[in-house]
Amino acid sequence: MMMDKVILGDNQFFAVNHLSDERSRQQAIRFKENQAIIDVLDIAIDCGVNTFMCTTHDRIASICDHVRKNPEKYKDFKFHPCMPYAHKYANAVTELGIIGTLKAYIPGNILSVASKAGIAYMRKDFPSLMELLVDAEMKMFAGTKTPVIFLQNVITDMLMGLGMRELLVHFAEYVKKKYNADAGFITMNMPHLVDLCEEEGIKNPVICSSINKIGFRMSPSIEKYEEYLRSDKEFRPIAMQCLAAGALGAQEAMEYVCQFPKIESVLFGASSRAHIQQNYDLINSLLRP
Amino acid sequence: MIKVAIIGLGKMGMSHCAILGGHPDVEVVAMCDTDSLLQSAFKKLTHIACYTDYKLMIDETKPDAVFVVTPTRLHYEMTMYAMEKGCHVFCEKPFSLTLEEGYQMVALAKVKNLVNQVGYVNRYFGTFNEMKRLLATGIIGTPFHFFGENYGPVVLKKKGGTWRSKKVAGGGCLMDYAAHILDLVTYITGQTITGCRGTFMPSIFSSEVEDAVYSTLELENGLRGQLAVNWSDPVHRKATTSLKIEGDKGKLEADTTTLKIFLNEANEAEGLEKGWNVKYITELTPQVYFNLRGEEFSQEDFHFIECIKNGDTKGNRCTFEEAMKTDSIIHKLINDNQ
Repeated sequence: MMMDKVILGDNQFFAVNHLSDERSRQQAIRFKENQAIIDVLDIAIDCGVNTFMCTTHDRIASICDHVRKNPEKYKDFKFHPCMPYAHKYANAVTELGIIGTLKAYIPGNILSVASKAGIAYMRKDFPSLMELLVDAEMKMFAGTKTPVIFLQNVITDMLMGLGMRELLVHFAEYVKKKYNADAGFITMNMPHLVDLCEEEGIKNPVICSSINKIGFRMSPSIEKYEEYLRSDKEFRPIAMQCLAAGALGAQEAMEYVCQFPKIESVLFGASSRAHIQQNYDLINSLLRP
Repeated sequence: MIKVAIIGLGKMGMSHCAILGGHPDVEVVAMCDTDSLLQSAFKKLTHIACYTDYKLMIDETKPDAVFVVTPTRLHYEMTMYAMEKGCHVFCEKPFSLTLEEGYQMVALAKVKNLVNQVGYVNRYFGTFNEMKRLLATGIIGTPFHFFGENYGPVVLKKKGGTWRSKKVAGGGCLMDYAAHILDLVTYITGQTITGCRGTFMPSIFSSEVEDAVYSTLELENGLRGQLAVNWSDPVHRKATTSLKIEGDKGKLEADTTTLKIFLNEANEAEGLEKGWNVKYITELTPQVYFNLRGEEFSQEDFHFIECIKNGDTKGNRCTFEEAMKTDSIIHKLINDNQ
């Protein structure tokens, strides 16, 4: 099934701003309460947006609770979970080490042979350990719609760089089997990843990457991106960072992105009604009109 | 192809390994780590040869270059061994635990004519490089004060388990976090930090090491400024680094995303207006072939590889010798705190 053309992201809620640390702090203050996030989601739904792409940040759990409690209101609402919330693990690895982090985040006792976790750990069965981590991250979404489940770029690109391709393949197979979801991969290196998926037999993957007029965060080059977006290679692109972290105006940014009909969805972050409506209208009218 | 081996596969080691794996002219031939989980992960999932003895790894795989990404107290023996065997060395920061060891490494790199680099990644951010360039043009006149800050949420609870919380291993906020700002001040001003006063380093959660570092620093040209670093700051989602420099004609304020320029008068040559001007990372960031966690980390590694390819053993942006400037002031800060 095709994804929605327009997807709302969550960076604005969690003080992620690629252009300004100061703006990050302002966002952290505005979205201190979960209700402030829910209010923006409701505005987005009102504007026509029905897919919310979010990291598996602890605070998303309470958003999921709210959605579960109001099934009628959110009957068309879909989450695109992106895992893991990398800073949680990065900070944990610094503080606890790798084993300490696994102990902290894998459900069950990894040192007990009586659990799936323990057996997987003892056998150094990495695909199984990955399944456990995926399950831990997915727990908060139980009972909501999650048609596509994403690996964050830092993990996708790390596994790609290390040559641990088997885990990318296994992720795709596992989310299909366990969650009946399509696998999505966020990456800073879209052309490299498209090639990898082709070589490893990951069929028609959802690939979310920066796509913008000024070539920001598009490795190895904007030319290579454009070549792949015009090719008949089998992948389902989602464009993110279309505004290049705010360096481009909405109109010119969306005109650039929407010239590629291959792009299935456009992801953007915004927290005011005016911005959400403007982006929604632009994408809806410009992308495969 | 340039053959690279990596010693130490912690967070930074993994990062280097993956970035180098994405470089078209690099082959990561071997890794060395004593952790059994990592050993099996690399054995099962990659084509990289796995070792637990770094000497054996270097002897058997004969790499062109070695990345030393271990706790600081191990840098000396590993770096010296690799250079003795003729390998170019990239060593993570902070460089050495004692000055004597540091100077020996500088000397050997020179004798052997090897590319040598230390991992101060701030030197590769577009915003900081633009700040350095503008400062050198004299755009803010004569600087009279700077303020370097680094905050992050590394240690937020009592008790911590890794080497970063152990003084003898080279842990602590001073070595781990403050070192970045000390290096950045050195890099951007082109001046060695020669002294410090009024240093205090409180422990907030850690029992063995300091969690914050505050001091007044003095540069060789007499410029003074403050250092404020805290790795137990829950306000920040990730490490936040910034430097401000004030002069009699304006000021420069840079962090990793933005460079703000305030000028008392417009500067036509630079196309900058009177008052505030802002330059963003989007216009200051060159594209990289493979991006793992920001262009700066790729550029840092790729710069090292470029130096090797070009046989350039002197033009490195962060040589061992440069890093010794930071090691030297670290020791002065420790003394001043006592």
